[in-house]
Amino acid sequence: MSVQSGGKTVWRLGKLAVSAHVLIVALLLVTPLGAQDTVRVGITYQPGVRPGLVVLPAPGLDSIQAIVARDLDFSDRFEVIALTQPPPGASGGQTTPLNYAFYRALGATLAVELAPASGDFVRMRLYDLAAERVGGEVTLALERSGVGESRMAVHGLSDEIVRRATGQSGIAATRILFLNHEDKRIWRVDSDGAGLVPVSPAGLAVMSAVWSPDGSRIAYSQFSRDGGKPIVLQTLGTGTRAVLPIGATKQNITPAFSPDGRSLLYAGMSEAGTALYVLNAQDLCCVERLTTGRFAENFSPAYSPDGRRVVFVSTRAGGQQIYSMAADGTDQELLVPFDYGETGNSNAPEWSPDGTSIAFHREVNRAPQVWIFDLAARRPRQLTSSGRNEDPSWGPDSRHLVFVSDRTGRRQLFVVDTETNRVRQIMTPSSARLPAWSRTLLRSH
Amino acid sequence: MRRAHRLVPFLLALSAAACSKKQPEVAPQPADTTTRPAPAPAPTPPPPPAPTGDAAAETTRRLTAELGNVIHFDYDQDAIKPEDVPVLDSKAAILKANPAVRIRISGHADDRGSDEYNLVLGNKRALAAKRYLESKGVAGTRIEVTSFGEERPVDPAANESAWAKNRRAEFEILAGGDRLVQPQ
Repeated sequence: MSVQSGGKTVWRLGKLAVSAHVLIVALLLVTPLGAQDTVRVGITYQPGVRPGLVVLPAPGLDSIQAIVARDLDFSDRFEVIALTQPPPGASGGQTTPLNYAFYRALGATLAVELAPASGDFVRMRLYDLAAERVGGEVTLALERSGVGESRMAVHGLSDEIVRRATGQSGIAATRILFLNHEDKRIWRVDSDGAGLVPVSPAGLAVMSAVWSPDGSRIAYSQFSRDGGKPIVLQTLGTGTRAVLPIGATKQNITPAFSPDGRSLLYAGMSEAGTALYVLNAQDLCCVERLTTGRFAENFSPAYSPDGRRVVFVSTRAGGQQIYSMAADGTDQELLVPFDYGETGNSNAPEWSPDGTSIAFHREVNRAPQVWIFDLAARRPRQLTSSGRNEDPSWGPDSRHLVFVSDRTGRRQLFVVDTETNRVRQIMTPSSARLPAWSRTLLRSH
Repeated sequence: MRRAHRLVPFLLALSAAACSKKQPEVAPQPADTTTRPAPAPAPTPPPPPAPTGDAAAETTRRLTAELGNVIHFDYDQDAIKPEDVPVLDSKAAILKANPAVRIRISGHADDRGSDEYNLVLGNKRALAAKRYLESKGVAGTRIEVTSFGEERPVDPAANESAWAKNRRAEFEILAGGDRLVQPQ
């Protein structure tokens, strides 16, 4: 399936006429190439400094070039210069050596070249313009039109460029789940706004979707006609749905997978309040209650990336605030400080994949705003201020957040780079709510 | 499970009809009254069709509407408001006079708080209404609760009047509501 030599990684996937799922499975299968010996481009990643990156003209691969250039721009790690025509006097690298000095003069330190290879293969070269050498090369089989599911393979290529250039994770080969306000179904959208499709069945109102860590399943709370709210697990490839066993509670909301995918946490509502429960997500059994205390509401849980702690919302001190506990329910404590009677309600916490921060929303003058709590500094930082901004979810790079904002009118999805505060919108058919960002759905190394 | 749930209220309705104190008020069957001794007052015959059909239907319609009256809540609160106390008292009386009736209370929120917290808040509102009815002697087993959070606004506008309408509890008859009798 894969060949590796020196700094060169080659994927051989055959024709991409195969169905979407086959493609993704194939890519996942070749995932652990153990490419520890891949060449890194000689730049050291520095927050706030964005090296110039030229995406060279790619005759015949215009769609792929456009997707890659946009992905690299959305990574917020480069000043991207995408060229559609070869500049006069600059030789491309496809047949002749790259004119390094010319592209350096544009202010770039990196260049990405996409070229057709034999068959359906596309070859990507990453040039280090300062050292005047090829810093990495990837050959990938994909549909050259860059449409449909092959877009995800192109996004994987973009993430590979980010990784080789900066050593950091990209966010391109990901999807976002959200609640489509109009039909109350869960939809998904690719990280760049393409590929909008409904995921949960038509005619069923559901809420609060989350991804399983491997991206193969989602969980959500369903509004059943009898007034119950079971947690439902849906397998994305097949559409198979499993209703979780109901413990003592008929209304269950806000599910969360453990990082190993084995456990599922959720909030169960009863006459005595709302408590957190955990169950075995593989055997769909063995419900265990984790929080105690009558007439307190505990909900919206999320695991730490090591699976040892859980962050959640509790009303135990009055309003809603952010608490944490060990994954077995012990050692419960207030996590994000607040001033009693002054600080607004705080909700929707999510632990960053690198474990360093919690994103959440907190009301400021009755409007929710996105905040980040740095666990080392023990300090919350307000990220947004215009309109209502709520329900943040981390991208796999622990740098970008997707959240809901009504800044342009109705509630829509926005992605913010937490380092630069640069914001972009993801267009959705109606109002969009409660986003959940996947981990990387396809890895190239 | 579902089948059993549906059957129980049906049986309750039958037994309630059999025990109803309203029974003697309806006209006795004309046949056989002379050939039989006067019936003992305690074991009443099976319920005859209501002869005052229009009046009974009208009563049922009125009481159904009363049971369905919505109550409202202050922002982020689940306390029963004073103006809703008579509304709930009326429901409690109807429920006590019609012991076969089972209801579901659904709690709703306006769309200003957190989406997920609003599910919790809606549930608290439904529970507050349920506890009030229980305090007036209605068995808790006759009352189901559910929450729709902010998902089913009656008025989707973003202003105080719409929000006030949306912060509510709704009451739905699940079973036993085919014929309702006026509380004494």
